[in-house]
This record gives sequence, structure tokens and C-alpha cells, in this order.
Amino acid sequence: MSTFIHAMNAPTENPDIHSSHTTGFFTDSTLCIGCKACEVACKEWNDVPEDGLNLSGYSYDNTGSLSFSTWRHVKFVEGEIKPGDGGNSGNHLSWEFSSDVCKHCEVAGCLEACPTGALVRTEFGSVFLQPDVCNGCGYCTVNCPFGVVQRNEDDGRAFKCTFCTDRQKVGLEPACATACPTKSIMFGNLEELREHAQSRLSDLHGKGMKDAQIYDPKDTSVKGLHAFFLVRGDPRMYNLPPKPEVPIVYQKDAWRSAVIGSGAFLLAALIAFTGSRHSSRSQRKVSARRSRA
Amino acid sequence: MPGLGTSFGRGGATTAQTDLARADAILIMGSSMAENHPVGFQWVMEARERGATLIHVDPRFTRTSAMADIWVPLRPGSDIIFLGALINYVLTNNRWFDEYVRHYTNATFLLRQDFKDTEDLGGVFSGWDEEKRQYDPTSWLYEESPEKETRGATGTAPTAGGHGQRGGEASKSNIFIKDESMQDPRCVFQVLKRHFARYTPEMVEEYCGVAQDVFLKAAEAFTNASGPEKTAAICYAVGWTQHSKGPQIIRSAAILQMLLGNIGRPGGGILALRGHASIQGSTDIPTLYDILPGYLPMPFFDVGTYTWDKYLEKHTAQTGIWASYESYIVSLLRAYYGDNAKKENDWGFDWLPRVTGDHSQLGYWLQMEDGKMDGLFVIGQNPVVGAPNGRLQRIALSKLKWLVVRDMVETETASFWYDSPEVRRGELDPKSIATEVFLMPAAGQAEKSGMFTNTQRLLQFHNKAVDPPGDARSDTWFIYHLGRLLKDKAARNRSARNEPMNALQWNYPTEGPTAEPKIDEIDWEINGFTWTDRKLIKSYKELKSDGSTACGCWIYAGFHPEPTLNKANQREPKDYLGHGWGFAWPNDSRVIYNRASAAPDGKPWSEKKKLVWWDEQKKTWTGLDRPDFDLRKSPDHPGDLRNGKGVDALPGDAPFILHSDGVAWLFVNSGLKDGPLPAHYEPLESIISNPLYPDHGTNPAAQTKQRPDNPYAKQPNDPRFPYVLSTYRLTEHHTAGGMSRTLPHLAELQPELFCEISPELAGELGIINGEWVTITTPRGIVSAHALVTSRVRPVTIGGRKIHTVGIPYHWGWKGMAQGDVANDLLAISEEPNVRIMETKALVCNLTRGHRFPDGAGALEQFQREIQRVA
Repeated sequence: MSTFIHAMNAPTENPDIHSSHTTGFFTDSTLCIGCKACEVACKEWNDVPEDGLNLSGYSYDNTGSLSFSTWRHVKFVEGEIKPGDGGNSGNHLSWEFSSDVCKHCEVAGCLEACPTGALVRTEFGSVFLQPDVCNGCGYCTVNCPFGVVQRNEDDGRAFKCTFCTDRQKVGLEPACATACPTKSIMFGNLEELREHAQSRLSDLHGKGMKDAQIYDPKDTSVKGLHAFFLVRGDPRMYNLPPKPEVPIVYQKDAWRSAVIGSGAFLLAALIAFTGSRHSSRSQRKVSARRSRA
Repeated sequence: MPGLGTSFGRGGATTAQTDLARADAILIMGSSMAENHPVGFQWVMEARERGATLIHVDPRFTRTSAMADIWVPLRPGSDIIFLGALINYVLTNNRWFDEYVRHYTNATFLLRQDFKDTEDLGGVFSGWDEEKRQYDPTSWLYEESPEKETRGATGTAPTAGGHGQRGGEASKSNIFIKDESMQDPRCVFQVLKRHFARYTPEMVEEYCGVAQDVFLKAAEAFTNASGPEKTAAICYAVGWTQHSKGPQIIRSAAILQMLLGNIGRPGGGILALRGHASIQGSTDIPTLYDILPGYLPMPFFDVGTYTWDKYLEKHTAQTGIWASYESYIVSLLRAYYGDNAKKENDWGFDWLPRVTGDHSQLGYWLQMEDGKMDGLFVIGQNPVVGAPNGRLQRIALSKLKWLVVRDMVETETASFWYDSPEVRRGELDPKSIATEVFLMPAAGQAEKSGMFTNTQRLLQFHNKAVDPPGDARSDTWFIYHLGRLLKDKAARNRSARNEPMNALQWNYPTEGPTAEPKIDEIDWEINGFTWTDRKLIKSYKELKSDGSTACGCWIYAGFHPEPTLNKANQREPKDYLGHGWGFAWPNDSRVIYNRASAAPDGKPWSEKKKLVWWDEQKKTWTGLDRPDFDLRKSPDHPGDLRNGKGVDALPGDAPFILHSDGVAWLFVNSGLKDGPLPAHYEPLESIISNPLYPDHGTNPAAQTKQRPDNPYAKQPNDPRFPYVLSTYRLTEHHTAGGMSRTLPHLAELQPELFCEISPELAGELGIINGEWVTITTPRGIVSAHALVTSRVRPVTIGGRKIHTVGIPYHWGWKGMAQGDVANDLLAISEEPNVRIMETKALVCNLTRGHRFPDGAGALEQFQREIQRVA
């Protein structure tokens, strides 16, 4: 029933999102040295377990992707290696690193889909998952456009980045941003970060790094990210979909279609019903006439 | 660090990591700084973002290359050809900083008639004794420099490691003749020109495998960023030191930076990046056999420094800081022996042990293998994983009577006797190993107070956060109580043999339920104090040779000037150089030799690059850093090098105050065992012969320590080992892994041993990414997963494609992340000056598949393979 209510009401923008407390992450992959300090700091602070000791054979990335037990993940993308060109040369991509994280969407699919109220919007504008409320239904996992939220199959509940809400409440920066040695992960007021990102982008373009772009989809139903990125090349290389949508926007259409469809069906049934009554009445009339005749 | 020590005077980084942010270009070579010094790398990133050009020269495209503007891949072991070509580029294109070179280096000094260069003698300098395989460095002295009676510098003693003080030991280098025109063919500048004339871009292309246009791109970027208005810095790490010619590679960098005028200036310098947290500290207050704290050499038999008079005569210079040598050593002996040190007994000098042989770490492992050692303490180290020729090391441990390992976990070194590969193969049998192993739990760094001295000579104190668990204790606790118990034992038997132990002053007060020594008392002793009234001193200049001062490490003097003021424990940086955060020796100068940041007249070379300068009104040196110079000595102070004494004898435009001539040494007249100038030699195991000096393939003064248990490939070009092997580290693990393979959050990031090979080599051998491969050298066999990546690429030398196999060395058989021990592949070898092994360039074979499983038949199979290949 609650899903139904959500679906009928959503998606709406939270009026409290853009208070002066709204904070964000700006992850600038052109400054990332691939040290993974963010991954480790996140796990240490949040007491997240290791993810399995598996050598992937894929560059230096052995944790694979974001998951219930990896809330920051550094992606390693190997490109073209040319003597003479370092990775900061604007000519081509060589070896890119980018630290991925929950996007804390302006319109968050997970939050919209959560039937128990385990997912809430915090005073910092972030999306927080309360594990003690989560019933493990898994609706959030299929409703995240980025594949961030995942259930722990052992205990059933879903887990993701908390945006270090506990640290923010006492005036500390999130663990990952604190540990980042090169300011690739910047934390602060969301709007200020967005302004900074624009000037950073024009600097990079000015230096000849034409393939740099900001990933912060505002023109789709997610309506922008509270954790947004600056990346080089095609965002899909970093697990960032080109047009992320909150799945329930389709649910709205689906419900409308369903309502229209069922209305039409009802109407058709009604017509059919009234029609048959009419015809039976005519028949009766006929028969009446006949009986009269 | 004789590379930097002989060039400039002190064996330490000349600059600070924070100062890199002011550079206009940074050359990182022999280091993957972004991976192994990620925190310090922030200032490199800051420089880059301010517009500096970042150049990374490395055989592999690493995380540092990924941040660089220019990446130059070169063949492992060809560094001196590359750097020599950079020097030649500067000399042939008139790019040197003329005024700096004339005033602040020995470019104008004349050399002796009998000096002969490698270019004259086909690969060796004059003084080479083919039979003894060592140099007599007399002919390297300046014209007219008198030879000292106690000839032979610490650096030339066959048994010495060469970490000791340098400058003026072999000669009185304060006496020399100059040719101000720099035209005399015997002046250092002209000798330098001739020496490097053959190091050309063509040579770089042919033997480093670097295309000429790539070389020139790097050369232009670096030299364009040097001059009065600009500065460029060089960062290196063990990628330079762990070669059979490491100090000479560093010397090449020093020569380049001297010519470009980049030493002692902001954004310039050479940053020696150290292998871990307190490596600088462990040479300052050494864990080495050949020096005492503050780089004071140990007494040696073979250079005649075993008597007090000869010892002083040899090490005391007439001019410069080393003129006060007696003050430093007497204060140290006072700290050691307290009131037992008296003038009548030469301050207890005879209680110091004499060095009689090669007691370096690699040297004593061979002696252990030969059964000549009884016991060993292993503290903060995991040598059977982290040191070369692991199989030899593990077998050597089985010959000891006792072994004490102190660590936070049970390391492979502690467990060698029951689960090493040798035990699993049946080569060692636990039942017949007589070594008694004591594993003592050690406190982690957050569980004890203490001090690190980091890569930039910065002393940083850290306070204990939590008590160590259970029986774990600090190293200070262990050493103090061990010493106390040994002294108790010696006190019961006052024989001559026990005299040094009985004379030793060892009365540190303790506190708390575990009787932890009070760390303040130790710090005060390191800082130094007056003997009678126990007043802490503020500078090494207060030290006296009459026994009235005690000082545990003269270069650290002043870090703890008052009982409650520990400058190493300060945490409030006041400026970009970080004054107010920790304490940098000497005297909190962050950029040393910073007198060179001003022109001879005392004014900064440029407004943009000012650091310290002479204030004419106040008649003092001042600036953004603590001047590494006599504050009141005016720039026009004439000095009197020939007849004067001490630092006063140096003129007001002589920034290199540890050298008795006051200048930086383009040409090292004493202090190195393998030549006054760098010359290229191939690695001890190489695929090609030496293109520059065909008669001298490898560094003639290096020691291979070749023996049946430390065998080598045939040199050069052993057909059984067609590939180059290079070892290195990753961000995710800490050295031999004891502190990272045991932690889940680090172990999962790099969970297993792997090796990196190029797609071309993988294609030739039919290897698929991720599958098992086996790497073989004459010492060992290691199986690893192959990571096939174009970040590793072959180079073409003489028409032949040479492939490199890269392998990180962090793994062992314990902990969460496991793998074969990569260092089993390496040979024990000794570079002549610092006695370090060659890890960055050797040869190997690589085949598909995992070989040599444990269990029945494994030993026979292993031995068959070793014999076949060795």
C-alpha cells in the first residue's frame, strides 16, 4: 500500500534540500592519484567489512564496484600509453582514477521507493539509510539509477554511504574527504562546490584538456547530484550512466496508463454490460412483441 | 647518503616537501612518489596546478606518470646515461647558471696533473687497483691540496659503509688553486665537459630506449625552469639508491642541480624520499655499523683511526663545521659514559668497538649463513620477506643459536622454522633447527610516544594514544630494560671484557606500572646539556671539547631547548615552509644551504625566488627560512681558507659550510669509493654490455658477493635469462607487509602477488591476463599472477626488443594477503659506498604456469630447476 502512495505522490523535490546546510562532494578525478585512502578511511570510520580478497586482474582495482561493503570505490581506467605524454597531458587518456560514491541525488530513486521509511533525507540534504528500520525488501536497490545501493545477502538489509552524517553532525568532514591527500575529494557547501567546479572546468579547458566535463545530470529526473564529478572522456567509463533516471518517473506513467487502461476496461465492461442489457431489453421487447403477437 | 653528502656536505634532502609547491618544474626519477609518498605528493600536485611542469622518468607508467605532464620510459639501470645527457645538454647549450656555478661550486678549481678520467682510461679513473678491486683516491685531490697523514677517507676504507661525515677527511681541501676563466683544461668545469661529452641524445635513444624528441622535451622543460627567476626540483627514492651505482646516480642529479643553480633555493633542491617513516632518523641516530649519531664515523682498523689522536686528526677539518669535530665526539662520549669519561682516558674512546670487517646488514647475513653468528635481534623488520635472496636469509637464520623478533604480529621471520617454503619443500627440518626463537609483542606507533625524523630531516614527536595491549611494550622499554639487565650482569663480573658495559651510563628514570622509560629524559640527552648544571643547550655551537657538555646527537641540538619545550612536538605551522610544525635539523632550516638563494652580494637572485638575504641595515641574514649560515657574517667577509680555522675561515659567499672549501662539489675530491664523477656501468646482471666502457661492464668497485648460495647469471646477456626484472612497492602495502597484509582493509586492495608484463611479451609467450606465470633467477623461483598492461613496455636496444618484468615485493606466506616472496629472486650484492643491493635492474626468465607446489618431490624439482638455470 505504501508503495502505491509513494508512487502516486512522487517524485517531488524536498523543500528542505537547499538550506544553507546542504553539503556535497565534488570529486575531481584529474586530481586523483589512485591511492585509495578514501576507501580505507571510509571502511575504518564506518566499520565496514572487507569485500573479499580477490585479485581481479583488472588494473589496480580489486574491490570492483560500490557495494554494501564498499562505499567509496576508486575506479582505474587504462587507456593509451605514449612515451613523452604523462597522464596530465591533454592529448589522450592514459590511466584515469576516479573515486566513486553514492550520488545523494536531488531526487533519489532509493528514497522514493523505500516502503518502510528507512531511507530519509537529512538536514544536510543527503540521503541516509537507517539500517535499524530497513526491512530488506530490496526496492531501493532496483530503484537506484547508479547501482549504488546493495543488500547484504547475509543479513538481508541494504547499506550505502552515510555521507558521514555522524561526523557532519559534530562539525567534521566525511572520512573520505579528510583522508584524500590531493583534494580530489572536496567536501563543502553544495552550491559553492558547483561554482568551484565550473571554474575548475574552464581552467582545464583553457589548459587544453578539452575532454574534461562535469557529471551532474540536472536535466533528467534525478535533477542533479549532491555528490558530483569532474571526469575526462566518456562518463560511462567511470560507471556513470549518460542519462540516469529515477525509475519511478516511469511508474507514474505506468500508473497513469494503468488507471487509464483500467478505466477504459471498466468503461468497456460497462458499455458491454449496459449494451447487453439494452439488447436484452430490446430482445425482451421483441419477445414481448412476439408474445403480444 | 654519500651522493648528497659528498656533493653538498650533509647526507639529507636539501629541501622540504612543502617547498616543492614553489617549483617551476619537478623531475621525479627513481621514485613513484604518488604511490609511495602520496601525502607528500600533495605539494607536487600544488606545483602542477600552479603551472609547474611535472616530469616522470620511469620504466613503468605508474600512478606518478598518470599525474605527470611528461612521462619518459627508460631501460632499467640506464639512469646515468640519461642524467649524463641532461648534464651534457646543459653544458653544450650554455644553459648553466654561470654566476652560481663560479661562486658556489668547485668548477673553477684545478685538478692534479696525475688525475685521469674514465674517458682517458677506458672506464676507470686514475688510482684503480685491479688486484685489490679498489681505488687509491689520491690523484682526485685538488692541485696543491696536501694529503693528510692519515690518508684514506672513511669512504675509501674497504670495510667502511661510507655513511660518515665527509669533506676534508683525505685532504685539506681548503687549499686549492682556481682558474677564474674556467678555461684551463685541468679545471673541474673543463674536466666535466670532457667527461660527459659522449652522453648525447643519440646515446640516450640507443641505450636508454628513449626517443630523442622525448628526451629533448624533458631536457627543455627542466632547464627552461631554471635560472634567477625560476627553479626546478628533483625527487628520488630507492629507485636510484638500490642499484650497484646508486650514489653515483644521485651524484649525477647533484651535478645537474649545481649547474642549474638549483640548490639552496626555494622550489629547487634534491628531495631524497625515504623508504619509510624514520629512515632519515635511522641514519641520523644510526642503526648502521659504521657511524655514530650525527654521522661521526666509528673507529676503524684499516684506516688507522683506532687511536684517539689519529681518529681526531683524520676527522677534524681545518675549516668549516667539521673543524669542531672534537666537540661533537667528546660530547657524545660524555653522554654515553657520564663521569666515567675523562680527559685522561680519552673520554672513553677505547670503550667504543672497532670496526674490523664488513658488518653491514648484507655482510653479516652471509656470515650468519657461514655459522659465524650466535644471535640476532630483529626489531621492526621482516628480513626474510623484505631483504634480498630470501632463501639464503631463511637458511642462515637456522644456523643461529637464538633469534629475538619484536613485532606486532608473528612475521615470516619469526615463523621461518616451521612454515617457510624451505620447510615445506623439505630443505629445512624443524626438528633439526637449533635456533631458539623468541617472539616479543611490540607496541604499535599509536601505543607509544616517540619521534620520527622524516624524509626532509623533520623531527616529529608523537604522543601515545592508547596503552599497548597485553604484554606488548615499546621499543624504548625493551632496549632500556635489556640494557639494564645486561649491565646488572656485567656488574657482577668486572673483567676487562665488561669494562665498556660497566662504564656505560644507563640510568633513565621510569614511570607507570610497566616501568616505561621517561622519554623526556632521553630527548634531553639527544638535545644536549651542560654537564655540571644540566642546562639544555640551544645550538650545536655551544658544544665544547673539554667535557663540559653532553650531547647524544649534535645535529639535533636545539630541538628541545627547554625542559618543557619540545620543538619536535609543535603543531602550529606559521608559514609555507612549516616553521612551527616539528623541528628540522640543522637549526630548523627547512631548505639547507639557503645562503645560495642569495647572490654573492647577499641580495636575492630575484624577487620571485627570494628565501634568505643579507639585511644591510641590521647587519644580519634574514628571510623566509632560518638561515643555514652564520647570521652575522657579511657577504663580503673575506675569510681565510688557507690559514683560518673553523666556520669563520669560510668567506661570506660560501654557502656549503660543511665542506672545508665552502662550495658544492661538482667533482668529489674525497669521500667516494667508485670515482669522483659518475660514469655509466651496466647493472651487475644485464642483458647488454656497457656501450660506453666495453672493458668495464659493471661498476668495478661493487661487490657481487658471488658464492654458491648467492649465484649470478652470466654477464652480460645470459641466454637463460632474457628479460629485465625490476622490483618495487605499491601504495596499498607497507614494505614486507607485516603491518598491511594483516589488516583486512589494506589486504583486500592488493590481495595477492602479481607481476606486470607488456601485451607484447604476453603475446610472445601466449600468456593471458590473470593467469599464473613463473619467474626464475639463479637464486629463486616465484609464481605470480600476470597483470598484462601497456603501462609496461619493451624498449628496443641495438635492434633487440628488451622486455621488462615488474614485480612488487610485499607478500609472504602469512597474513591475509599472501604470495611468494619476490625478494627470493634477488642477489645479495653491495654497492661500494653504502653496501646496498641491486633491486631495480637484474635479469630473469618468465614462463607460463604455476610451478613448484609444496609437498613430495618439490625439493628435488626445485633443486633441479635451480641447477639447470644457475
